[in-house]
Amino acid sequence: MNTFLLMCLEFFKTGLFAVGGGLATIPFLKEIAMKYGWFTIETLTTMIAVSESTPGPIGVNMSTYVGYTMFGIPGAIGATLSLVAPSVIIICAIAKLLKSFKDSPIVQGIFNGLRPAVVGFILSAIISIYLNSLFHVEAYGNWTQFFNWKAILLFCGLLGFSYWKPKLHPIVMIAIAATIGIVFQL
Amino acid sequence: MKKLWDLFITWFKMGAFTFGGGYAMLPMIQKEVIEKHHWATEDDIMDYYAIGQVTPGIIAVNTATFVGYDVAGVIGGIVATLGVIAPSLIIISIIAGLITNFSELEIVQHALKGIQVAVCVLMFHAILNLFKKGVKSILTFFIFLFSFLLAYFTSIPTMILVILAGVVGYVLTILNKKEGTSS
Repeated sequence: MNTFLLMCLEFFKTGLFAVGGGLATIPFLKEIAMKYGWFTIETLTTMIAVSESTPGPIGVNMSTYVGYTMFGIPGAIGATLSLVAPSVIIICAIAKLLKSFKDSPIVQGIFNGLRPAVVGFILSAIISIYLNSLFHVEAYGNWTQFFNWKAILLFCGLLGFSYWKPKLHPIVMIAIAATIGIVFQL
Repeated sequence: MKKLWDLFITWFKMGAFTFGGGYAMLPMIQKEVIEKHHWATEDDIMDYYAIGQVTPGIIAVNTATFVGYDVAGVIGGIVATLGVIAPSLIIISIIAGLITNFSELEIVQHALKGIQVAVCVLMFHAILNLFKKGVKSILTFFIFLFSFLLAYFTSIPTMILVILAGVVGYVLTILNKKEGTSS
């Protein structure tokens, strides 16, 4: 089979079977790397680093990167569209079903259980983000090293600022923080 | 036509300014989708996130498809998805073509550290909002607490936890109903 089509097929499969967000695509990409040798595990590591340090969903960034490395811009577009195609199809079908069953007491009951659970999952994800951003987790136990004081100070400053200006757009907050990060060598 | 353009631009913005995947997109969704365009409610978004955990694909993409579908049907779903992936296509193609050592650049690392802190602040407000909307009774508080503890301290896949929470919600509703009719 044509390598371009084969690549698209592999990404379609990844989109179809990677359940639970962007990071779930990584094991699939590792498998593709080992099966076809289209890119090495070291390149994959670089791709993960770049995907995490650029905006956008990580899974989409990764597929674009792999596609670009293989076939340039057409590859980037082909890989990414193949990755998202299964979810667009599946979600449109679910959205249609959901519209017809939204008022059924069974569906309502299920969602009454799901909503507070989702808040719990998100809190768990947030705590990991906090630990990574505000503390030096690797220095746990060494109390002079453990706290990332610059980051904690910035956190308190921005939190106060967000209460003072509650209408502030998230994009503005991100831009301010990025500038402070560069200026103060965070 | 205007609606589709709004969908595309709004999700393009969210794709361009979200660092770190599905959950980090939440503050932007609250601002743009819920407050500004009224395309969905907080409850809807929590439902979409829950469904996104048990269906294949990337959560940010699934949420975009859901909101797009609600606004303008299948075409809306496709347009919102193209919007959210377009910034990645542009940015990554440029980086892959020109600056392969992008993530090692010192200026990028410093900016990212700052951005991470901003994400912490934004997520703080986002989770407070969600908590107020989603946890309204003692029962829902316990579902919240157990889901958090299981998600944080065990390695049970979130997909299994979502299915469990759905079953618990369903059973509780049935029990409530029986009590309601018998008394």
